[in-house]
Amino acid sequence: MRRPLIRRLTALGAAAALLATVAGCGNPEDDAGLVIYSGRNENLVKPLLEDMEKAIGTTIAVRYGDSAEMAAQIQEEGDRTKAGLFFSQDAGALGALSKKGLLKKLPQSSLDRVDPSFRGGAGDWVGTSGRVRVLAYDPDQVTKAPDSVHELTKPAWKGKVGYVPTNASFQAFVTGMRVLEGDDATRDWLKGLKANEPKVYENNLKVLEAVGAGEVALGLVNHYYWYEQVAEKGEDKVGAKIHFLPGGDPGSLVNAAGVGILKGSDQAPAAQKAVDFLLSEKAQKYFADDTKEYPLAAGVTSTVEDLPPLDSLDAPKIDLGRLESLQETLKMLQDVGMV
Amino acid sequence: MTAPDPVAPAGPGALPPRPSGPHAPAGRLRAERRPPAVLLVPAVVAAVFALLPLGYLAVRSLERGPAFAWQVVANERTAQLLGRSLTLAAVVVTASLLLGVSLAWLTVRTALPAARAWSVLVTLPLAVPSYVAAFAWLSAFPGLAGFTGSALALTLVSFPYVYLPVTASLRGADPAQEEVARSLGTGPLRTFWRVTLPQVRPAAAGGAVLVALYVLSDFGAVSLMRYDTFTRGIYTSYRASFDRTPAAALSVVLVVMTVALVAAEARTRGRAGHARTGGGTARPAVPVPLGRWRVPALAWCAAVTAVAVVTPLGTLGYWLAVGNSATWDPARLLDTAAATLGVAAAGALLTSLLALPVGVIAARHRGRAAHLLEQSAYAGHALPGITVALSLVFFAVRYAEPLYQAYPLLVCAYAVLFLPVAVAATRAAVLQSPPVLEDVARSLGRGPLRVLREVTVPLAAPGVAAGAALTFVVCMKELPATLLLRPTGMDTLATRLWTETGTGSFAAAAPYAAALILLAAVPSYLLGRHRT
Repeated sequence: MRRPLIRRLTALGAAAALLATVAGCGNPEDDAGLVIYSGRNENLVKPLLEDMEKAIGTTIAVRYGDSAEMAAQIQEEGDRTKAGLFFSQDAGALGALSKKGLLKKLPQSSLDRVDPSFRGGAGDWVGTSGRVRVLAYDPDQVTKAPDSVHELTKPAWKGKVGYVPTNASFQAFVTGMRVLEGDDATRDWLKGLKANEPKVYENNLKVLEAVGAGEVALGLVNHYYWYEQVAEKGEDKVGAKIHFLPGGDPGSLVNAAGVGILKGSDQAPAAQKAVDFLLSEKAQKYFADDTKEYPLAAGVTSTVEDLPPLDSLDAPKIDLGRLESLQETLKMLQDVGMV
Repeated sequence: MTAPDPVAPAGPGALPPRPSGPHAPAGRLRAERRPPAVLLVPAVVAAVFALLPLGYLAVRSLERGPAFAWQVVANERTAQLLGRSLTLAAVVVTASLLLGVSLAWLTVRTALPAARAWSVLVTLPLAVPSYVAAFAWLSAFPGLAGFTGSALALTLVSFPYVYLPVTASLRGADPAQEEVARSLGTGPLRTFWRVTLPQVRPAAAGGAVLVALYVLSDFGAVSLMRYDTFTRGIYTSYRASFDRTPAAALSVVLVVMTVALVAAEARTRGRAGHARTGGGTARPAVPVPLGRWRVPALAWCAAVTAVAVVTPLGTLGYWLAVGNSATWDPARLLDTAAATLGVAAAGALLTSLLALPVGVIAARHRGRAAHLLEQSAYAGHALPGITVALSLVFFAVRYAEPLYQAYPLLVCAYAVLFLPVAVAATRAAVLQSPPVLEDVARSLGRGPLRVLREVTVPLAAPGVAAGAALTFVVCMKELPATLLLRPTGMDTLATRLWTETGTGSFAAAAPYAAALILLAAVPSYLLGRHRT
């Protein structure tokens, strides 16, 4: 007999569908006062957003996803977007939405909390936390870490550099270099680096581990990976050290995660409160202590040990909105054969 | 519902009067006849459903004029990426056919020890998301990055697309033909080559097309392996320029390629019959004794299981052992697993229901309409998940606002994404049942709906169920569309896996990946048990 199987499967499927529909009736979005599309990982920001709910007195529903994909989704939704607030992992996605005119102008009082270099040119998005590109090095092999990424193309570092060419932060750094030094210089640098046979890893953490284990001498990473590892394992167990590049070197680019309010939604008052919460001392301290990033709001400094203050860094001056032009960078990386 | 004319199909469903008469032989007549409305109408609904992403692509790719779209598409890089994608697809398809057909024959037709267990084991890789497989291999052998690694990882997660339908088709095939061949002195290998293989050809070819389209649409494995393919180009376009127009224009190229591929497969189908029409029912096949091939056969099954199942599981174990992010939250895991089961089962059910009329028509009718319907089901199948998801966002916010980011839309998305998986299974299953039985039913005055319910579907049931099981598993691991379309706050195993690996919390990710693989074993096990 064959039919009972089909019947059983159908009944099973129908029951499951019913269950899913029933479960779906309690869709939290329907009664939420604010819907946030978060391109930042749930593991990183969930506790903060739970605090936010209490602080602003509105129920919040959060969708997590990839920043770039969510930017595409928001563009597709247009005026009908469900999101009141977009919380992006990097400035580029916010720049793209700003260019399409989908973001609402923020009040000057909110913008003024943050240095102009970490907010949108049109005043419609603001950075909430920053991260710096640093050079990780193995103290057993390297006595003095190079002071510029331009040194990495020298024969001394052949086969000794670890990096993640597919990583968004690396690509933002290359874009930053293009903005600072021009396309020709950047292409030459990429070619030089490629010729120096750097080792490719899947993610920043793997690079840090490889440096710690002495597999490579140097690694191009974001600063907070090191501080997280130190917090988790203790500094002795993390073999690698990090070096902040001086002199406005493109290798110490500061990128920001940030937020913008969607024009198409009717949640602007709640979203505005959320923006102010994210720039409040409480939230900024969270970024400093829990995600080991740089707080960006004036007056808040990181208490993380050994983390040099942001304004002491000799970071390159660059309009983060211009990091939105990744297309050319990718083409360059493809031409050189890195990705 | 009794028909006055025993030849003409009657009943409310039969629209076009069947051109009956002594001129055309019955068999030909059956093949040429237009499908009855009871099949045609739901099939058209399914096809329209599957074509939604194409409508979206038309809007998006042309929003800045055809000249811009042409400029995006017509360059050397497009051709280069296409070439790379097609090469990868060809290699993965060949390897998957080799693995899928050989394992299906061994587990169904031979006296392989513990055949049942093997048949469940070798379907498990299907539940391994391609990026997990790629990650596993890359961690163990960093040197695999590139073409080799991509081909390996993709073959190991997609060969069950061939294995499952071929197994169903071997079980449904009449063993008498093989026995006759053997009794006439043909050796086992030759029998396999001359008799068995032609019997399973439609199922294998259908599976091969699915593998090819899966490879074309895959992003997870090729991005980790750093092998540049066409789909990777499309993703890069979204990620790098935040601009949907170039990505849409490139996606159109994938659709064109898919249609060409499906048409090519249809052309090679031929007109051979695949059904038995003897009296009585088919006996269970007498297992072919393996003799001295017993050990190599076992070794082959063990080797495939080891590389396809044990490697990813081993990686998960390693993640658990070395990671310090392990958070054991059984309640959350259970909730997530239940939610995943719910949407995947609903997705598999809807997909199979929509696929049924299309599959029956594809198997039983020829002609332009039948061909077009089947083509439509496949057309969008090579599109990357993100493109399909965005197209559903586009339509839902405009025309079905209340459904947007609610369960029903997510279930519909699965149906759009995986319709061909179920269509291929249904078509192969229907092909194996003799059309003459349907003719007999019709001649006894059964209307098209009753023929479908009482003859076609019951006979094709094992194949249809296998298709549903396959769809269920691929729904479970779907990520890009689930991320964009799930109800806010809802998690599936795949989205949790994505969240945890996103912060490098591999130990916390491991239980979710393991649950995915274990749950995939359930339908395979049920299907296997039903046979005995």
